[in-house]
Amino acid sequence: MRVLYFAWLRQKVGLAEEEAAPPPEVRDVAGLMRWLAARSPGHAAAFADPRQVRAAVNQEFASPDTPVAPDDEVAFFPPVTGG
Amino acid sequence: MATVRVQEAPFDLAQETAALAAGRADAGAVASFLGICRADDGLAAMVLEHYPAMTERALARIAAEAEARWPLTGCTVIHRVGRILPGEPIVLVLTASAHRAAALESCAFLIDWLKTKAPFWKCEEFADGARRWVAARAEDEAAAARWVAAAADAPARRRREPERTTG
Repeated sequence: MRVLYFAWLRQKVGLAEEEAAPPPEVRDVAGLMRWLAARSPGHAAAFADPRQVRAAVNQEFASPDTPVAPDDEVAFFPPVTGG
Repeated sequence: MATVRVQEAPFDLAQETAALAAGRADAGAVASFLGICRADDGLAAMVLEHYPAMTERALARIAAEAEARWPLTGCTVIHRVGRILPGEPIVLVLTASAHRAAALESCAFLIDWLKTKAPFWKCEEFADGARRWVAARAEDEAAAARWVAAAADAPARRRREPERTTG
């Protein structure tokens, strides 16, 4: 699984992207966030307030219960501020 | 089919408007929204980050939604990324239609949805070197949400404006 981080999540994690191999019990975006948060203090800081984190699975906006699979690209970022 | 571009370079409003109208005699109205970088609180620059694999697809989907809701003869969405200085343009939305209501409404719709449904993030840079990520605004969510409620009226809107020879 390819995991991408944008904006302040990228800064807190300290990575723009990484490969991840979560265990089978990680089935959705919310579960992936909990699992990633345990990877490092930076990850923990990035995911400290899940309400401030949005996600996309395979370049489509996702919700906490969106399923994730090993071949997916999952991105985490703050609420968007374009325009 | 809308024109959608994500680019670092500035764009020219007059040139993009001319391109939208070129070779067509069926557009009586062109509406435009030009978003400009403000110099709030001593801002030195705005740095726009995006999700390259997703951005153009998200913008194209928003433009397709506008084309489904209003009878447009043309639509252009250009969003800049990278470092943008106060006074420089950030985003351009152009909509063309036979009549003004469709052009004006679809232009407002596009910028409202673009602000909440396209993967861009603004980081403010200040003269003292400080940086601050811009927080999403509840007002922007509310502005986008009103078009969801308006979707039920869309068929009526397409028929509403009487035939006229200009916008």
